[in-house]
Amino acid sequence: MPRIKLNGTLYDVPAQTSVAAALMNACFTARQSIEGEARGPLCGMGICFECRVTVDGIAYERGCQLQVRDGMEVTTDAA
Amino acid sequence: MNPDVLIVGGGIVGAACARAFLRQGMRVTIVERALIGGGATASGMGHVVVMDDSESQFALTHRSRDLWDELVPEMPVEVEFERRGTLWVAADEEELAAVSGKKAYYLERGVETELLDAKALYQAEPGLRAGMAGGFLVPGDSVIYAPCAANWLSEGATRVFGDVAEMGDGWVKLRNGDRLSAQVLICATGAWATELFPALPVKPRKGHLAITDRYPGAVHHQLIELGYLKSAHSHSTESVAFNVQPRKTGQLLIGSSRQYGVEDKAVEQHMVSKMLTRAVEYLPSIQKMSVIRLWTGFRAATPDKLPIVGLCPGLKQTYLATGHEGLGITTSLGSAELLLNLVSGQAGILHPADYGAERFAECRA
Amino acid sequence: MRHDTVIIGAGPGGLAAARAAKRIGKRVLLIDDNWGPGGQIWRGYSGLDIDGIDKRYSTQVSDLDLDCEQLILACGARELFLPFPGWTLPHVVGAGGLQALVKAGLKIQGKRVVVAGSGPLLLAVAANLSKAGAEVVLVAEQASWGSLVGFGVSLWRWPEKIIQAAGLATSRFRASVWPVSAEPGRVVMSDGQTLQCDYLACGFGLVPNLELAMLAGCKIESGFVSVDAMQETSVRGIYAVGELTGIGGVEKAEAEGEAAGSRTALRGNHGAFVELLRQCFALREELKSLAKPDTIVCRCEDVTLGKIAACSSKREAKLQTRCGMGACQGRICGSALEFLRGWPPDTVRQPVHPVSVQDLLKQKETANP
Ligand SMILES: Cc1cc2nc3c(=O)[nH]c(=O)nc-3n(C[C@H](O)[C@H](O)[C@H](O)COP(=O)(O)OP(=O)(O)OC[C@H]3O[C@@H](n4cnc5c(N)ncnc54)[C@H](O)[C@@H]3O)c2cc1C
Ligand SMILES: Cc1cc2nc3c(=O)[nH]c(=O)nc-3n(C[C@H](O)[C@H](O)[C@H](O)COP(=O)(O)OP(=O)(O)OC[C@H]3O[C@@H](n4cnc5c(N)ncnc54)[C@H](O)[C@@H]3O)c2cc1C
Ligand code: FES
Repeated sequence: MPRIKLNGTLYDVPAQTSVAAALMNACFTARQSIEGEARGPLCGMGICFECRVTVDGIAYERGCQLQVRDGMEVTTDAA
Repeated sequence: MNPDVLIVGGGIVGAACARAFLRQGMRVTIVERALIGGGATASGMGHVVVMDDSESQFALTHRSRDLWDELVPEMPVEVEFERRGTLWVAADEEELAAVSGKKAYYLERGVETELLDAKALYQAEPGLRAGMAGGFLVPGDSVIYAPCAANWLSEGATRVFGDVAEMGDGWVKLRNGDRLSAQVLICATGAWATELFPALPVKPRKGHLAITDRYPGAVHHQLIELGYLKSAHSHSTESVAFNVQPRKTGQLLIGSSRQYGVEDKAVEQHMVSKMLTRAVEYLPSIQKMSVIRLWTGFRAATPDKLPIVGLCPGLKQTYLATGHEGLGITTSLGSAELLLNLVSGQAGILHPADYGAERFAECRA
Repeated sequence: MRHDTVIIGAGPGGLAAARAAKRIGKRVLLIDDNWGPGGQIWRGYSGLDIDGIDKRYSTQVSDLDLDCEQLILACGARELFLPFPGWTLPHVVGAGGLQALVKAGLKIQGKRVVVAGSGPLLLAVAANLSKAGAEVVLVAEQASWGSLVGFGVSLWRWPEKIIQAAGLATSRFRASVWPVSAEPGRVVMSDGQTLQCDYLACGFGLVPNLELAMLAGCKIESGFVSVDAMQETSVRGIYAVGELTGIGGVEKAEAEGEAAGSRTALRGNHGAFVELLRQCFALREELKSLAKPDTIVCRCEDVTLGKIAACSSKREAKLQTRCGMGACQGRICGSALEFLRGWPPDTVRQPVHPVSVQDLLKQKETANP
């Protein structure tokens, strides 16, 4: 089972899980809107960009379009 | 009732003219066929910059920058004014040597600048690729968001949405047949000026830009390679230069390209490729940044890189304000002041003859 | 390598096209932005893959510069989201959106879900969520029973799953009800009741992903790509299948994919079903007044409805308020504003999705060897 880091904490997440689902399962929201609201995934299919997070140092990746990989580090805006 | 001033074209130039005349208590009408601020004004970078290609260009950009500064206290937030300063980047010693003479030139004309050695350059912009020689900083330059500026500057003017088909001395005819007239008529139709005045030596010069998602703090100044001066002013058909602007939103605007002879506004892959490659050469960190959108726009270019501002040759009530090439956001305010002075018969800082259409033989005919 | 047929989208339409094109001996490339085939409905199913063709998954096409004799667009649809107070809260998710997230590993066991909005998708989602262990509190369809009856007689055209779902969910199914506002952990419905829920799964129907077709210059009519009997668009060599040509479900998508891939005329009449769906689930006027002046319309840039009140087109709103200028490129607010204000779509330019500078350069290199 891939082990990933979400906002600094390690989680074991079943393979095939999307980053967005992993975040929601761990009770994290995704991006912070420009006015500071916490936002979570909306469309689940790569359209709305509400699930943007930083993955392995790359900002603005869509969590719903990425599957977890062992060793992946994900941070959300609020963290 | 006829307005005192009728302006054709609601870009930044028309909007600046509107404000100048409204301030005098005159009634102003703008005729626009699309959107206020939706032409070149919507596709430019919004860099308010002093440029020194010629004495007249320096005078116009400098005066205009002062006029923008005067407006700051009244500006709504949407105009996104920020005094970022321009940092001209010298890639090698040769470029640095070439620019070092400029400090005195700018100072004599009242513009503060700083020469940066390599160390100071990287302090100012840590993201630049290693190995640059230094830079030339013009701290007083700024950045605005031009479409909102145009909307704001033209507040108080009556807006008529219509397409001007014909223009004469103090009157216009719209495509729907309506006729409008005024004491003073100004043609501020940017790159489309030749539709109404075919003799004008104005040619569309295409440019591409890219905008990224938000990366606050990635870049601090408007960054331009010194080579820009060469490419911006060359008459070759195609060129690109490194030109990156940090927006108030945290986004980066990446430019720029120049092309003559292309009328299609489609984004061209080979130009985007050239432009971004150049940008990455100066600022490697942008490689990983997300580009949200690409677009193009047309600058109204003249043979001597100066705008055409003044009375339309042969007419008494109709004025021209076009040909602002890649500097129209900056020079809109100076151009408007120049026109106001011409109309009211006052002397100003700028010399009208430098900018008048009569400087071109084809316009004297 | 040059392909004869390039297909964008590996949903039912794209898969059928790929199979057909392969069958008639074409060299096929199938591209999809998901990590496997299936599109929206068969997301995560196994056994869909086709041997003997080239496939590129996890690949989003943001520009059309492909060298092939036939390009088949099978880009499907997205959900229509309408703004109402609270719709930006994290527990408000798309209906199809929540289903997709569950398929991608979201734990839904024991969670209370209100499914709301419009369209046959709501029942399918409710059924799938229940099967996954969710407690579906309510399925709220904005359309009235009156208009649904017309649809009921034709349910046989829709996948069997949905018929089952209809049976399963009817006890919790309400017509003529829609969400009017959401607060953390709950939702207020138009009939006055307030429901506690972990998720409000809400979508108001489907809108086609027209961007690539528009970029290619294909003729669009009444919101869909227009095609001839062989599924060819107004641009020679470019074909469109599935939801792009009309929201009509899997059967239509597969039939159109087969026609385009095999280059034969479409079999069967799917137009009537598309029209029936459209009529049954037409959105009611009341939905236009759900958003208040301080309700955010553009989620990317946090632009409220009040801010764009004075604007008269998408482009004006974009230039003056940043509405639609964000990363989703106006896909969410733009579709909503087409309904709320009747604003036609804005022009489309590449890249049709945000792309990194690096990928933009790579893409250009391959395009211009
Ligand atoms: C890529 C790019 C980058 C740039 N960057 C900068 C920069 O950083 N700084 C800077 O100072 N400048 C910059 N510029 C230049 C600047 O954008 C232009 O010089 C300026 O916007 C010109 O303004 P305008 O009002 O003359 O023209 P426009 O904004 O084009 O306005 C003309 C208006 O006239 C209307 N019109 C035309 N014909 C008719 C008609 N017959 N009837 C009615 N209406 C008509 C049009 O619809 C349009 O709205 C840039 C330009 C480009 C293309
Ligand atoms: C969110 C959602 C959930 C749905 N759930 C159900 C359901 O449970 N039951 C049911 O009966 N019907 C459901 N539907 C309807 C069903 O998806 C359609 O009837 C049918 O799948 C249409 O097939 P298609 O091939 O046209 O499109 P799709 O199945 O949508 O396939 C299109 C594919 O193209 C990809 N794509 C689009 N643009 C690009 C691009 N630029 N680059 C690369 N790839 C791209 C998409 O990611 C997608 O995988 C759902 C629809 C949606 C939008
Ligand atoms: S949830 Fe919409 S893009 Fe990921």
